[in-house]
Amino acid sequence: MVKEILKGLALTFQQMWKKPITLQYPEERKLMPARARGRHQLQRYEVGMERCIGCGLCSAVCPSNCITVVPAENAEEDRHSPGERYSQIYRINEFRCIFCGYCQEACPVDAIILTEEYEFSAYSRDEFVYDKERLLVSLSRQPQGADRSPEPIS
Amino acid sequence: MKTETMTLNMGPQHPSTHGVLRLVMELDGENIVNCTPHIGYLHTGIEKSMENRTYHQVIPLTDRMDYLSPITNNLAYVLAVEKLLGLEDVPERAQYIRVILAELSRIASHLVALGTHVMELGAVTVFMYGFREREQILDLFETATGVRMMTSFIRIGGVAADLPAEFVEKLQDFLKIFPSRVDEYETLLTNNPIWLRRTRGVGLLPKEVALAYGLSGPNARASGIDWDLRKKEPYCGYEKFDFQVPLGEEGDVYARYRVRMAEMRQSHRILTQALENLPPGPYRSSDRKVVFPPKDELHTGMEALIHHFKLATEGFSPPTGEVYQGIEGPRGEIGFYLVSDGGAKPWRVRVRPPSFLNVQAIPAILNGCLIADAIAAIGSLDFVLGEVDR
Repeated sequence: MVKEILKGLALTFQQMWKKPITLQYPEERKLMPARARGRHQLQRYEVGMERCIGCGLCSAVCPSNCITVVPAENAEEDRHSPGERYSQIYRINEFRCIFCGYCQEACPVDAIILTEEYEFSAYSRDEFVYDKERLLVSLSRQPQGADRSPEPIS
Repeated sequence: MKTETMTLNMGPQHPSTHGVLRLVMELDGENIVNCTPHIGYLHTGIEKSMENRTYHQVIPLTDRMDYLSPITNNLAYVLAVEKLLGLEDVPERAQYIRVILAELSRIASHLVALGTHVMELGAVTVFMYGFREREQILDLFETATGVRMMTSFIRIGGVAADLPAEFVEKLQDFLKIFPSRVDEYETLLTNNPIWLRRTRGVGLLPKEVALAYGLSGPNARASGIDWDLRKKEPYCGYEKFDFQVPLGEEGDVYARYRVRMAEMRQSHRILTQALENLPPGPYRSSDRKVVFPPKDELHTGMEALIHHFKLATEGFSPPTGEVYQGIEGPRGEIGFYLVSDGGAKPWRVRVRPPSFLNVQAIPAILNGCLIADAIAAIGSLDFVLGEVDR
Protein backbone atom coordinates (compact mmCIF):
# COMPACT_ATOMS: atom_id res chain seq x y z
CA MET A 1 0.00 0.00 0.00
CA VAL A 2 2.76 2.41 0.98
CA LYS A 3 4.70 1.30 -2.06
CA GLU A 4 2.12 2.67 -4.48
CA ILE A 5 2.00 6.02 -2.72
CA LEU A 6 5.79 6.24 -2.75
CA LYS A 7 5.78 5.53 -6.48
CA GLY A 8 3.49 8.49 -7.02
CA LEU A 9 5.61 10.71 -4.80
CA ALA A 10 8.72 9.70 -6.72
CA LEU A 11 7.04 10.79 -9.93
CA THR A 12 6.13 14.20 -8.58
CA PHE A 13 9.60 14.53 -7.10
CA GLN A 14 11.17 14.00 -10.54
CA GLN A 15 9.31 17.00 -11.87
CA MET A 16 11.55 19.27 -9.81
CA TRP A 17 14.34 18.87 -12.31
CA LYS A 18 12.19 19.55 -15.31
CA LYS A 19 11.88 22.92 -16.94
CA PRO A 20 8.60 24.63 -16.05
CA ILE A 21 6.23 25.13 -18.96
CA THR A 22 4.69 28.27 -17.50
CA LEU A 23 4.91 31.34 -19.67
CA GLN A 24 5.46 34.58 -17.75
CA TYR A 25 2.82 36.65 -19.51
CA PRO A 26 2.94 39.60 -20.26
CA GLU A 27 6.73 39.63 -20.18
CA GLU A 28 6.87 36.48 -22.28
CA ARG A 29 4.45 36.03 -25.11
CA LYS A 30 3.40 33.10 -27.20
CA LEU A 31 3.93 33.30 -30.92
CA MET A 32 0.50 33.43 -32.48
CA PRO A 33 -0.12 31.12 -35.44
CA ALA A 34 -0.64 32.58 -38.90
CA ARG A 35 -4.31 31.65 -38.73
CA ALA A 36 -4.95 33.42 -35.44
CA ARG A 37 -8.37 35.00 -35.33
CA GLY A 38 -8.05 38.28 -33.45
CA ARG A 39 -9.07 41.87 -34.13
CA HIS A 40 -10.21 42.74 -37.65
CA GLN A 41 -8.28 44.84 -40.08
CA LEU A 42 -9.25 46.33 -43.43
CA GLN A 43 -6.56 45.96 -46.05
CA ARG A 44 -5.23 48.22 -48.78
CA TYR A 45 -3.60 47.52 -52.12
CA GLU A 46 0.10 48.26 -52.46
CA VAL A 47 -0.72 51.57 -54.12
CA GLY A 48 -2.70 52.67 -51.07
CA MET A 49 -6.21 52.12 -52.45
CA GLU A 50 -8.73 50.46 -50.14
CA ARG A 51 -9.54 46.88 -50.96
CA CYS A 52 -13.11 47.00 -49.68
CA ILE A 53 -15.70 47.46 -52.41
CA GLY A 54 -18.67 47.70 -50.05
CA CYS A 55 -20.41 44.55 -51.27
CA GLY A 56 -21.58 43.72 -47.74
CA LEU A 57 -20.97 39.97 -47.94
CA CYS A 58 -19.16 40.06 -44.59
CA SER A 59 -22.16 41.62 -42.94
CA ALA A 60 -24.54 39.14 -44.63
CA VAL A 61 -22.58 36.05 -43.59
CA CYS A 62 -21.88 37.24 -40.03
CA PRO A 63 -23.68 34.94 -37.57
CA SER A 64 -23.81 37.61 -34.87
CA ASN A 65 -24.75 40.60 -37.05
CA CYS A 66 -21.90 42.75 -35.80
CA ILE A 67 -20.79 44.32 -39.10
CA THR A 68 -22.41 47.39 -40.65
CA VAL A 69 -21.48 48.30 -44.21
CA VAL A 70 -22.91 51.29 -46.06
CA PRO A 71 -21.59 51.46 -49.62
CA ALA A 72 -21.22 54.56 -51.79
CA GLU A 73 -20.27 55.20 -55.42
CA ASN A 74 -16.67 56.08 -56.15
CA ALA A 75 -16.25 59.51 -57.73
CA GLU A 76 -13.55 59.92 -60.38
CA GLU A 77 -11.79 62.77 -58.52
CA ASP A 78 -12.11 61.09 -55.10
CA ARG A 79 -11.43 57.41 -55.58
CA HIS A 80 -11.28 55.10 -52.55
CA SER A 81 -11.28 51.65 -54.11
CA PRO A 82 -10.57 50.22 -57.57
CA GLY A 83 -14.15 49.11 -58.16
CA GLU A 84 -17.34 51.07 -58.74
CA ARG A 85 -18.17 51.32 -55.08
CA TYR A 86 -16.45 51.60 -51.73
CA SER A 87 -17.62 51.35 -48.14
CA GLN A 88 -18.61 54.76 -46.86
CA ILE A 89 -19.30 53.38 -43.40
CA TYR A 90 -17.67 50.22 -42.14
CA ARG A 91 -18.31 49.49 -38.51
CA ILE A 92 -17.65 46.39 -36.40
CA ASN A 93 -18.97 45.94 -32.91
CA GLU A 94 -16.19 43.89 -31.35
CA PHE A 95 -18.37 43.12 -28.33
CA ARG A 96 -20.81 41.19 -30.46
CA CYS A 97 -18.16 39.57 -32.62
CA ILE A 98 -17.53 35.88 -31.92
CA PHE A 99 -14.34 35.71 -34.03
CA CYS A 100 -15.53 32.86 -36.22
CA GLY A 101 -13.67 34.25 -39.24
CA TYR A 102 -16.64 33.95 -41.60
CA CYS A 103 -16.19 37.56 -42.80
CA GLN A 104 -12.63 36.84 -43.89
CA GLU A 105 -13.83 33.72 -45.68
CA ALA A 106 -16.69 35.51 -47.43
CA CYS A 107 -14.78 38.60 -48.58
CA PRO A 108 -14.29 38.28 -52.35
CA VAL A 109 -11.43 40.83 -52.49
CA ASP A 110 -9.59 39.88 -49.27
CA ALA A 111 -10.31 43.28 -47.78
CA ILE A 112 -11.07 42.13 -44.24
CA ILE A 113 -8.73 39.88 -42.33
CA LEU A 114 -8.47 38.80 -38.73
CA THR A 115 -5.12 39.78 -37.25
CA GLU A 116 -3.05 38.30 -34.48
CA GLU A 117 -4.03 41.02 -32.03
CA TYR A 118 -6.00 39.53 -29.15
CA GLU A 119 -5.54 41.95 -26.27
CA PHE A 120 -8.62 44.12 -25.98
CA SER A 121 -8.92 46.78 -23.35
CA ALA A 122 -10.34 50.28 -23.28
CA TYR A 123 -11.70 52.85 -20.87
CA SER A 124 -15.18 52.99 -22.37
CA ARG A 125 -17.58 50.60 -24.04
CA ASP A 126 -17.84 52.86 -27.10
CA GLU A 127 -14.24 52.20 -27.93
CA PHE A 128 -15.12 48.63 -28.82
CA VAL A 129 -17.24 49.74 -31.74
CA TYR A 130 -14.54 50.06 -34.34
CA ASP A 131 -15.22 52.42 -37.22
CA LYS A 132 -13.51 52.37 -40.58
CA GLU A 133 -10.75 54.73 -39.51
CA ARG A 134 -9.52 52.35 -36.83
CA LEU A 135 -10.08 49.21 -38.86
CA LEU A 136 -8.25 50.37 -41.96
CA VAL A 137 -4.56 49.63 -42.02
CA SER A 138 -2.60 52.89 -42.01
CA LEU A 139 -0.94 54.05 -45.22
CA SER A 140 2.55 54.15 -43.78
CA ARG A 141 2.47 50.63 -42.44
CA GLN A 142 3.09 47.55 -44.53
CA PRO A 143 -0.28 45.79 -44.45
CA GLN A 144 -0.27 42.90 -42.05
CA GLY A 145 -1.01 39.60 -43.66
CA ALA A 146 -0.54 41.01 -47.15
CA ASP A 147 1.22 37.82 -48.08
CA ARG A 148 -2.00 35.86 -47.56
CA SER A 149 -3.84 37.80 -50.25
CA PRO A 150 -3.97 36.81 -53.88
CA GLU A 151 -3.43 39.20 -56.80
CA PRO A 152 -5.64 42.31 -56.75
CA ILE A 153 -8.42 42.40 -59.32
CA SER A 154 -8.03 45.08 -61.92
CA MET B 1 -37.65 7.89 18.38
CA LYS B 2 -38.91 10.18 15.64
CA THR B 3 -36.37 11.08 12.99
CA GLU B 4 -36.52 13.61 10.17
CA THR B 5 -34.64 13.93 6.96
CA MET B 6 -32.69 17.07 6.19
CA THR B 7 -32.78 18.88 2.86
CA LEU B 8 -29.43 20.09 1.63
CA ASN B 9 -28.91 22.36 -1.32
CA MET B 10 -25.75 21.88 -3.32
CA GLY B 11 -24.91 24.34 -6.05
CA PRO B 12 -25.48 26.09 -8.39
CA GLN B 13 -22.23 27.76 -7.38
CA HIS B 14 -20.64 24.67 -5.93
CA PRO B 15 -17.23 24.12 -7.55
CA SER B 16 -17.64 20.40 -7.94
CA THR B 17 -20.89 20.48 -9.87
CA HIS B 18 -19.00 21.15 -13.14
CA GLY B 19 -20.77 24.33 -14.04
CA VAL B 20 -24.02 25.53 -12.63
CA LEU B 21 -25.90 22.42 -11.61
CA ARG B 22 -28.05 22.58 -8.51
CA LEU B 23 -28.73 19.43 -6.55
CA VAL B 24 -31.35 19.31 -3.84
CA MET B 25 -30.52 16.36 -1.62
CA GLU B 26 -32.61 14.81 1.08
CA LEU B 27 -30.35 13.41 3.75
CA ASP B 28 -30.88 10.85 6.41
CA GLY B 29 -27.81 11.34 8.52
CA GLU B 30 -25.00 10.99 6.02
CA ASN B 31 -26.97 8.96 3.54
CA ILE B 32 -28.68 10.47 0.55
CA VAL B 33 -32.30 9.42 0.47
CA ASN B 34 -33.36 11.39 -2.51
CA CYS B 35 -31.65 13.72 -4.93
CA THR B 36 -33.17 16.07 -7.48
CA PRO B 37 -31.03 17.85 -10.05
CA HIS B 38 -32.21 21.31 -11.10
CA ILE B 39 -30.96 22.47 -14.45
CA GLY B 40 -31.45 25.49 -16.67
CA TYR B 41 -29.03 28.01 -15.21
CA LEU B 42 -27.04 28.10 -18.43
CA HIS B 43 -29.97 28.13 -20.82
CA THR B 44 -29.09 30.39 -23.74
CA GLY B 45 -31.67 29.31 -26.29
CA ILE B 46 -29.16 27.86 -28.72
CA GLU B 47 -31.70 25.54 -30.38
CA LYS B 48 -34.06 28.45 -30.98
CA SER B 49 -31.27 30.70 -32.26
CA MET B 50 -30.42 28.05 -34.81
CA GLU B 51 -33.81 28.52 -36.43
CA ASN B 52 -32.86 32.09 -37.29
CA ARG B 53 -29.52 31.31 -38.90
CA THR B 54 -28.66 29.81 -42.24
CA TYR B 55 -27.27 26.28 -42.16
CA HIS B 56 -23.78 27.71 -42.52
CA GLN B 57 -24.22 30.23 -39.70
CA VAL B 58 -25.35 27.57 -37.23
CA ILE B 59 -21.86 26.03 -36.99
CA PRO B 60 -20.38 28.63 -34.57
CA LEU B 61 -23.41 28.15 -32.32
CA THR B 62 -22.73 24.44 -31.96
CA ASP B 63 -19.26 25.21 -30.55
CA ARG B 64 -20.85 26.80 -27.55
CA MET B 65 -22.84 23.85 -26.30
CA ASP B 66 -20.22 21.37 -25.21
CA TYR B 67 -17.37 23.82 -24.87
CA LEU B 68 -14.88 21.13 -23.89
CA SER B 69 -15.04 19.41 -27.25
CA PRO B 70 -16.39 21.89 -29.80
CA ILE B 71 -15.10 19.87 -32.76
CA THR B 72 -17.39 16.91 -32.12
CA ASN B 73 -20.37 19.28 -31.90
CA ASN B 74 -19.39 20.84 -35.22
CA LEU B 75 -18.95 17.41 -36.71
CA ALA B 76 -22.29 16.00 -35.55
CA TYR B 77 -24.16 19.01 -36.89
CA VAL B 78 -22.31 19.08 -40.19
CA LEU B 79 -22.86 15.35 -40.74
CA ALA B 80 -26.58 15.85 -40.10
CA VAL B 81 -26.74 18.63 -42.71
CA GLU B 82 -24.77 16.51 -45.17
CA LYS B 83 -27.24 13.69 -44.63
CA LEU B 84 -30.12 16.08 -45.23
CA LEU B 85 -28.51 17.29 -48.45
CA GLY B 86 -27.56 13.80 -49.54
CA LEU B 87 -24.02 15.12 -49.99
CA GLU B 88 -21.71 12.18 -50.37
CA ASP B 89 -18.83 13.78 -52.15
CA VAL B 90 -16.75 14.65 -49.09
CA PRO B 91 -13.07 14.09 -49.96
CA GLU B 92 -11.12 11.48 -48.05
CA ARG B 93 -8.60 14.00 -46.80
CA ALA B 94 -11.41 16.00 -45.22
CA GLN B 95 -12.65 12.83 -43.50
CA TYR B 96 -9.20 12.14 -42.10
CA ILE B 97 -8.80 15.72 -40.87
CA ARG B 98 -12.18 15.40 -39.17
CA VAL B 99 -11.15 12.17 -37.49
CA ILE B 100 -7.84 13.65 -36.31
CA LEU B 101 -9.50 16.70 -34.80
CA ALA B 102 -12.35 14.71 -33.27
CA GLU B 103 -9.98 12.28 -31.58
CA LEU B 104 -7.80 15.13 -30.32
CA SER B 105 -10.83 16.76 -28.78
CA ARG B 106 -11.82 13.45 -27.23
CA ILE B 107 -8.45 13.26 -25.51
CA ALA B 108 -8.67 16.93 -24.44
CA SER B 109 -12.14 16.38 -23.05
CA HIS B 110 -11.17 13.23 -21.17
CA LEU B 111 -8.19 15.07 -19.70
CA VAL B 112 -10.50 17.75 -18.31
CA ALA B 113 -12.88 15.09 -17.02
CA LEU B 114 -10.04 13.24 -15.35
CA GLY B 115 -8.29 16.33 -14.01
CA THR B 116 -11.31 18.01 -12.49
CA HIS B 117 -12.70 14.78 -11.13
CA VAL B 118 -9.47 13.89 -9.40
CA MET B 119 -9.00 17.41 -8.13
CA GLU B 120 -12.40 17.35 -6.47
CA LEU B 121 -11.23 14.33 -4.53
CA GLY B 122 -8.13 16.17 -3.44
CA ALA B 123 -5.39 15.30 -5.93
CA VAL B 124 -4.34 18.53 -7.64
CA THR B 125 -1.24 17.03 -9.26
CA VAL B 126 -3.12 14.96 -11.84
CA PHE B 127 -5.17 18.02 -12.72
CA MET B 128 -2.00 20.00 -13.46
CA TYR B 129 -0.45 17.16 -15.46
CA GLY B 130 -3.64 16.67 -17.43
CA PHE B 131 -3.95 20.34 -18.26
CA ARG B 132 -0.33 20.40 -19.40
CA GLU B 133 -1.19 17.91 -22.15
CA ARG B 134 -4.53 19.55 -22.85
CA GLU B 135 -2.67 22.81 -23.43
CA GLN B 136 -0.67 21.04 -26.13
CA ILE B 137 -3.86 19.89 -27.82
CA LEU B 138 -5.35 23.38 -27.65
CA ASP B 139 -2.13 24.62 -29.20
CA LEU B 140 -2.66 22.16 -32.03
CA PHE B 141 -6.20 23.45 -32.48
CA GLU B 142 -4.89 27.00 -32.56
CA THR B 143 -2.40 26.09 -35.26
CA ALA B 144 -5.03 24.43 -37.40
CA THR B 145 -8.08 26.59 -36.82
CA GLY B 146 -6.79 29.90 -35.42
CA VAL B 147 -8.41 29.66 -32.00
CA ARG B 148 -8.09 27.39 -29.00
CA MET B 149 -11.65 26.59 -28.17
CA MET B 150 -14.45 27.98 -30.35
CA THR B 151 -13.04 26.39 -33.44
CA SER B 152 -15.97 26.43 -35.94
CA PHE B 153 -13.64 24.53 -38.21
CA ILE B 154 -15.70 21.70 -39.67
CA ARG B 155 -17.71 22.92 -42.64
CA ILE B 156 -20.53 21.45 -44.65
CA GLY B 157 -18.76 19.44 -47.35
CA GLY B 158 -15.35 19.30 -45.68
CA VAL B 159 -13.30 21.48 -43.37
CA ALA B 160 -12.57 25.21 -43.43
CA ALA B 161 -8.94 24.93 -44.47
CA ASP B 162 -6.20 22.42 -45.03
CA LEU B 163 -3.94 21.45 -42.15
CA PRO B 164 -0.86 23.68 -42.01
CA ALA B 165 2.55 22.02 -42.31
CA GLU B 166 3.57 22.77 -38.74
CA PHE B 167 0.43 21.07 -37.46
CA VAL B 168 1.65 17.68 -38.60
CA GLU B 169 5.02 18.19 -36.89
CA LYS B 170 3.41 19.36 -33.67
CA LEU B 171 1.00 16.43 -33.73
CA GLN B 172 3.87 13.99 -34.20
CA ASP B 173 5.62 15.51 -31.18
CA PHE B 174 2.46 15.16 -29.17
CA LEU B 175 1.88 11.56 -30.22
CA LYS B 176 5.44 10.70 -29.22
CA ILE B 177 5.12 11.86 -25.63
CA PHE B 178 1.46 11.17 -24.92
CA PRO B 179 1.52 7.44 -24.03
CA SER B 180 4.18 8.07 -21.39
CA ARG B 181 2.08 10.86 -19.99
CA VAL B 182 -0.92 8.55 -19.63
CA ASP B 183 1.40 6.16 -17.80
CA GLU B 184 2.20 9.02 -15.44
CA TYR B 185 -1.46 9.57 -14.60
CA GLU B 186 -1.86 5.87 -14.06
CA THR B 187 1.16 5.76 -11.77
CA LEU B 188 -0.46 8.39 -9.64
CA LEU B 189 -3.94 6.88 -9.56
CA THR B 190 -4.63 3.38 -10.79
CA ASN B 191 -3.16 1.49 -7.83
CA ASN B 192 -3.20 4.35 -5.36
CA PRO B 193 -4.97 3.01 -2.24
CA ILE B 194 -6.59 6.35 -1.45
CA TRP B 195 -7.98 6.66 -4.95
CA LEU B 196 -9.17 3.04 -4.89
CA ARG B 197 -11.03 3.54 -1.65
CA ARG B 198 -12.74 6.66 -2.88
CA THR B 199 -13.82 5.16 -6.19
CA ARG B 200 -14.26 1.37 -5.95
CA GLY B 201 -17.85 0.33 -5.42
CA VAL B 202 -18.93 3.96 -5.32
CA GLY B 203 -21.64 5.41 -7.55
CA LEU B 204 -22.80 2.06 -8.84
CA LEU B 205 -24.64 2.12 -12.11
CA PRO B 206 -25.88 -1.36 -13.06
CA LYS B 207 -26.14 -2.25 -16.73
CA GLU B 208 -29.96 -2.27 -16.76
CA VAL B 209 -30.17 1.14 -15.13
CA ALA B 210 -27.66 2.61 -17.56
CA LEU B 211 -29.72 1.24 -20.44
CA ALA B 212 -32.96 2.50 -18.95
CA TYR B 213 -31.58 6.02 -18.67
CA GLY B 214 -30.31 5.94 -22.24
CA LEU B 215 -26.71 6.51 -21.26
CA SER B 216 -24.03 6.22 -23.89
CA GLY B 217 -20.32 6.79 -24.19
CA PRO B 218 -17.80 5.94 -21.47
CA ASN B 219 -20.48 5.91 -18.75
CA ALA B 220 -22.45 3.18 -20.45
CA ARG B 221 -19.35 1.25 -21.48
CA ALA B 222 -18.10 1.24 -17.88
CA SER B 223 -21.30 -0.62 -17.00
CA GLY B 224 -20.56 -3.23 -19.62
CA ILE B 225 -22.69 -1.99 -22.49
CA ASP B 226 -20.77 -2.55 -25.69
CA TRP B 227 -22.01 0.48 -27.61
CA ASP B 228 -19.80 2.79 -29.60
CA LEU B 229 -21.15 4.57 -32.67
CA ARG B 230 -17.68 4.58 -34.23
CA LYS B 231 -18.04 0.80 -34.48
CA LYS B 232 -21.80 0.34 -34.69
CA GLU B 233 -22.67 3.06 -37.20
CA PRO B 234 -19.33 4.23 -38.59
CA TYR B 235 -19.09 7.77 -39.93
CA CYS B 236 -16.14 9.70 -41.42
CA GLY B 237 -14.49 6.40 -42.33
CA TYR B 238 -13.97 5.11 -38.78
CA GLU B 239 -14.35 1.58 -40.12
CA LYS B 240 -10.88 1.95 -41.66
CA PHE B 241 -9.19 2.37 -38.30
CA ASP B 242 -8.03 -0.41 -36.06
CA PHE B 243 -9.02 0.27 -32.48
CA GLN B 244 -10.79 -1.34 -29.58
CA VAL B 245 -13.73 -0.23 -27.53
CA PRO B 246 -12.69 -0.44 -23.87
CA LEU B 247 -15.33 -1.94 -21.63
CA GLY B 248 -15.81 -2.06 -17.89
CA GLU B 249 -17.95 -4.37 -15.82
CA GLU B 250 -18.62 -3.01 -12.39
CA GLY B 251 -20.19 0.28 -13.39
CA ASP B 252 -18.64 2.14 -10.48
CA VAL B 253 -16.58 5.32 -10.46
CA TYR B 254 -13.37 3.35 -10.80
CA ALA B 255 -14.64 1.52 -13.88
CA ARG B 256 -15.57 4.81 -15.52
CA TYR B 257 -12.10 6.13 -14.75
CA ARG B 258 -10.48 3.03 -16.26
CA VAL B 259 -12.60 3.23 -19.40
CA ARG B 260 -11.65 6.87 -19.99
CA MET B 261 -7.96 6.13 -19.53
CA ALA B 262 -8.18 3.24 -21.98
CA GLU B 263 -10.10 5.40 -24.44
CA MET B 264 -7.33 7.97 -24.46
CA ARG B 265 -4.88 5.25 -25.44
CA GLN B 266 -7.23 4.05 -28.19
CA SER B 267 -7.62 7.61 -29.48
CA HIS B 268 -3.85 7.78 -29.61
CA ARG B 269 -3.89 4.66 -31.76
CA ILE B 270 -6.45 6.16 -34.13
CA LEU B 271 -4.45 9.38 -34.36
CA THR B 272 -1.26 7.52 -35.21
CA GLN B 273 -3.01 5.61 -37.99
CA ALA B 274 -4.76 8.71 -39.32
CA LEU B 275 -1.55 10.68 -39.47
CA GLU B 276 0.29 7.84 -41.20
CA ASN B 277 -2.36 7.38 -43.86
CA LEU B 278 -3.42 11.00 -44.29
CA PRO B 279 -4.24 11.07 -48.00
CA PRO B 280 -3.44 14.04 -50.25
CA GLY B 281 -6.15 15.81 -52.16
CA PRO B 282 -8.79 18.47 -51.66
CA TYR B 283 -10.04 19.28 -48.18
CA ARG B 284 -13.59 20.13 -49.15
CA SER B 285 -16.25 19.04 -51.56
CA SER B 286 -16.46 20.54 -55.03
CA ASP B 287 -20.23 20.92 -54.84
CA ARG B 288 -20.55 24.63 -55.59
CA LYS B 289 -24.15 24.72 -54.38
CA VAL B 290 -23.13 24.25 -50.76
CA VAL B 291 -19.38 24.88 -50.53
CA PHE B 292 -17.64 28.21 -51.14
CA PRO B 293 -15.58 28.12 -54.35
CA PRO B 294 -11.80 28.58 -53.97
CA LYS B 295 -10.84 32.24 -53.63
CA ASP B 296 -8.67 32.38 -56.75
CA GLU B 297 -11.59 31.24 -58.91
CA LEU B 298 -13.48 34.37 -57.86
CA HIS B 299 -11.10 36.59 -59.81
CA THR B 300 -11.50 34.68 -63.06
CA GLY B 301 -14.89 33.00 -63.16
CA MET B 302 -18.26 34.71 -63.17
CA GLU B 303 -20.02 31.49 -62.19
CA ALA B 304 -17.83 31.06 -59.12
CA LEU B 305 -18.53 34.66 -58.12
CA ILE B 306 -22.28 34.13 -58.40
CA HIS B 307 -22.12 30.96 -56.30
CA HIS B 308 -19.99 32.75 -53.75
CA PHE B 309 -22.40 35.68 -53.42
CA LYS B 310 -25.41 33.41 -53.26
CA LEU B 311 -23.89 31.23 -50.56
CA ALA B 312 -22.76 34.17 -48.45
CA THR B 313 -26.04 36.06 -48.61
CA GLU B 314 -28.76 33.40 -48.77
CA GLY B 315 -27.03 30.14 -48.04
CA PHE B 316 -28.49 27.03 -49.62
CA SER B 317 -31.86 25.32 -49.36
CA PRO B 318 -31.83 21.59 -48.65
CA PRO B 319 -34.84 19.49 -49.59
CA THR B 320 -37.80 19.21 -47.23
CA GLY B 321 -37.36 16.41 -44.75
CA GLU B 322 -36.14 15.25 -41.38
CA VAL B 323 -32.86 13.58 -40.49
CA TYR B 324 -31.08 12.42 -37.40
CA GLN B 325 -27.35 11.92 -37.19
CA GLY B 326 -25.49 10.95 -34.07
CA ILE B 327 -21.77 10.54 -33.51
CA GLU B 328 -19.66 9.25 -30.68
CA GLY B 329 -18.64 12.31 -28.70
CA PRO B 330 -16.36 12.20 -25.68
CA ARG B 331 -19.38 12.16 -23.35
CA GLY B 332 -21.53 9.82 -25.37
CA GLU B 333 -23.76 10.02 -28.37
CA ILE B 334 -24.21 13.59 -29.52
CA GLY B 335 -26.77 13.90 -32.26
CA PHE B 336 -28.69 16.47 -34.21
CA TYR B 337 -32.24 16.10 -35.41
CA LEU B 338 -32.90 18.53 -38.24
CA VAL B 339 -36.25 19.42 -39.73
CA SER B 340 -36.15 21.28 -42.99
CA ASP B 341 -39.11 23.00 -44.64
CA GLY B 342 -37.10 23.55 -47.80
CA GLY B 343 -35.92 27.00 -46.77
CA ALA B 344 -32.40 28.29 -46.22
CA LYS B 345 -32.76 28.07 -42.45
CA PRO B 346 -33.55 24.95 -40.42
CA TRP B 347 -37.17 24.82 -39.32
CA ARG B 348 -36.24 23.06 -36.13
CA VAL B 349 -33.00 21.76 -34.66
CA ARG B 350 -33.12 19.35 -31.80
CA VAL B 351 -29.95 18.30 -30.08
CA ARG B 352 -29.51 14.97 -28.37
CA PRO B 353 -27.02 15.98 -25.72
CA PRO B 354 -25.14 13.20 -23.95
CA SER B 355 -24.59 15.41 -20.90
CA PHE B 356 -28.32 15.83 -20.35
CA LEU B 357 -28.80 12.09 -20.14
CA ASN B 358 -25.82 11.78 -17.84
CA VAL B 359 -27.36 14.34 -15.49
CA GLN B 360 -30.62 12.39 -15.57
CA ALA B 361 -28.84 9.40 -14.10
CA ILE B 362 -27.62 11.34 -11.04
CA PRO B 363 -30.57 10.41 -8.77
CA ALA B 364 -30.27 6.76 -9.73
CA ILE B 365 -26.59 6.78 -8.78
CA LEU B 366 -26.76 8.90 -5.65
CA ASN B 367 -29.82 7.51 -3.91
CA GLY B 368 -28.58 5.51 -0.97
CA CYS B 369 -24.96 6.55 -1.13
CA LEU B 370 -22.98 8.68 1.29
CA ILE B 371 -22.92 12.43 0.89
CA ALA B 372 -19.11 12.37 0.74
CA ASP B 373 -19.29 10.00 -2.22
CA ALA B 374 -21.66 12.28 -4.11
CA ILE B 375 -18.75 14.39 -5.36
CA ALA B 376 -16.92 11.32 -6.65
CA ALA B 377 -20.03 10.02 -8.39
CA ILE B 378 -20.98 13.33 -10.00
CA GLY B 379 -17.47 13.96 -11.28
CA SER B 380 -17.25 10.52 -12.84
CA LEU B 381 -20.37 11.11 -14.96
CA ASP B 382 -18.56 13.89 -16.85
CA PHE B 383 -21.21 16.30 -18.07
CA VAL B 384 -20.98 19.85 -19.35
CA LEU B 385 -23.77 22.12 -18.27
CA GLY B 386 -23.50 24.25 -21.39
CA GLU B 387 -24.72 21.25 -23.31
CA VAL B 388 -27.36 20.23 -20.77
CA ASP B 389 -29.11 23.58 -20.88
CA ARG B 390 -28.13 24.78 -24.36
